[in-house]
Amino acid sequence: MIELDNVSKNFGNARVLVGVTGRVERGEIFAVIGPSGAGKSTLLRLIDLLDSPTGGTIRIGGVDIHAEREKSLSIRRMMGMVFQKPAVFNTTVTENVAVGLRFRGVSKSKAHRLTEDALAMVGLADYGDRKARTLSGGEMQRVALARAMVIEPEILLMDEPTANLDPVSVEKIEEMALRINRDLGTTILFSTHDMYQGQRLAHRIGVLMKGAFAQVGTPREVFTLPASREVARFVGIENIVEGVVIEGSNGTTVDAGGVRVRAATLNGPGERVSLCIRSEDLRIAPADAAKPPAGRNALPGIVTAVVPRGPFSRVTVDCGFPLSSVLTWKRVDALDIREGSRVVVSFAPESVHVVRADNYTVLASQDD
Amino acid sequence: MYEIIEGFLEAFRLIITFDPDVIAIAARSIVISLTATIFATLIAVPLGAAINFGTFPGKKNLVNLIQTLYSLPTVIVGLLIFLLISRVGPFGFLRLLFTPTAMVIAQTVLILPIMTGLTISALSGVDPVIRDTLRSLGATRLQFLVNILKEARFAILAAVAVGFGRAISEVGAAILVGGNIAASSFASSTRVLTTAISLETSMGNISQSIALGIVLLIIALGVNLAITTVQHR
Repeated sequence: MIELDNVSKNFGNARVLVGVTGRVERGEIFAVIGPSGAGKSTLLRLIDLLDSPTGGTIRIGGVDIHAEREKSLSIRRMMGMVFQKPAVFNTTVTENVAVGLRFRGVSKSKAHRLTEDALAMVGLADYGDRKARTLSGGEMQRVALARAMVIEPEILLMDEPTANLDPVSVEKIEEMALRINRDLGTTILFSTHDMYQGQRLAHRIGVLMKGAFAQVGTPREVFTLPASREVARFVGIENIVEGVVIEGSNGTTVDAGGVRVRAATLNGPGERVSLCIRSEDLRIAPADAAKPPAGRNALPGIVTAVVPRGPFSRVTVDCGFPLSSVLTWKRVDALDIREGSRVVVSFAPESVHVVRADNYTVLASQDD
Repeated sequence: MYEIIEGFLEAFRLIITFDPDVIAIAARSIVISLTATIFATLIAVPLGAAINFGTFPGKKNLVNLIQTLYSLPTVIVGLLIFLLISRVGPFGFLRLLFTPTAMVIAQTVLILPIMTGLTISALSGVDPVIRDTLRSLGATRLQFLVNILKEARFAILAAVAVGFGRAISEVGAAILVGGNIAASSFASSTRVLTTAISLETSMGNISQSIALGIVLLIIALGVNLAITTVQHR
């Protein structure tokens, strides 16, 4: 549906996008996630024809959308967009939602009916006669969503639609996005810096970093098998350890500052790698407890910090390099873990995701 | 001191009794300045829109020039129009000098810069997200313009009020091209509030001047109240 081919965009000397390549399929919810300043908004604006790319092409249904000036209105009318900053026209809520329909010459009575339906869908059924400017930010954003979807676009673009909104509005907007996609088959492309929102809504995720996709994949792929150290960091993998492969046969053994870690992947000796280990895959046991099953990595260490986090505690252990895990309070008490405790941290070789340190290539992957 | 108090009392009497002279002068002021404001609006709003949305070399300088002309001295405008429409001027054959039409022309020219400038400010003050939203909703160029003007309507209305205020309160141009003539018919007279105040004061008719001054202030207040009411509706 949407094809991005080496899309770049400069603003003056600032290179915001440096070559974005990817595809969004028809009927798909595609999330562009990435840190602030990665170029997410710029990418969506280019697709909505609000800006022109410096290089590369964007095709929708095979048509290069920036090449055909005289078709740009009809191309833009295939799309609806919700912007990060909630903005409403200085008129009533109903009038706001009806603007796109008016532009398309839809009759007043039909527009009225569609507008009422759209407002009901975003949970603002009784708000029609209110002045839009008097609404809260979250309500305004729901008006903006109703306004974008009432024209039944083939593609709905949303640029960080829920940033800084109240939880009720966030939930409503997410629910709406899923429903529009399911019921109308609308292709949705949205950006977010909230990786969990990407996980909740998207069929596929593109991780935009420094102006290009560092990885494109299903939420599961991105969250468990990040393609690079940067992606791993961004998707919240707490334990990233640098090392060098010393043995390549029958799995991989990595030397990480004198500590040996085994991973169930195949890498050549001498490669510099980053080991990504999710904190939930770590087991922490007292040093005198029964040995973990053979085959697991078992690294002795000393607890350096126990930091409360909601109903959990984040326990950091120095095993030569720091490893963190999250345990319930009860578990911390039962194991008698405190700062200075001697413990053994164990994890399966399959839980170690190995990425080559110097580029974005995934060397191998094991899904556990 | 006694004369001034006496003047105020007499002024109130003139206003309360709807003195025909005061009413006629006030009405003429409103008609002339309102006409000028309408003409200026018809020019300033499209011109301001063209400058705001257009991209052309020297745009910044043009906006600076317009802003400089906000404080265009009224007598300079009066002199300029006088030279253009006097017997020996290029438009002398139109015989416009010392007519209400000449005053309308002068006042239109006088308030055009400030109204154009304030229109530009009003349009550029519209939230960029609103502009993006209109475009993303598939507005044609015309639909886009109309809706931006709609969004800026209160700021543009304020520009119109400022223009009207400047027109009705200026005296320099009115006296130069109008001449403060009290003719027999309403339409051919050019005596307005400001020129009348100027004349009556110089002739020592303090009470008449005060009455006209109060009427002028009431008109200004009325315009302001009307604008505020519309903006808060």
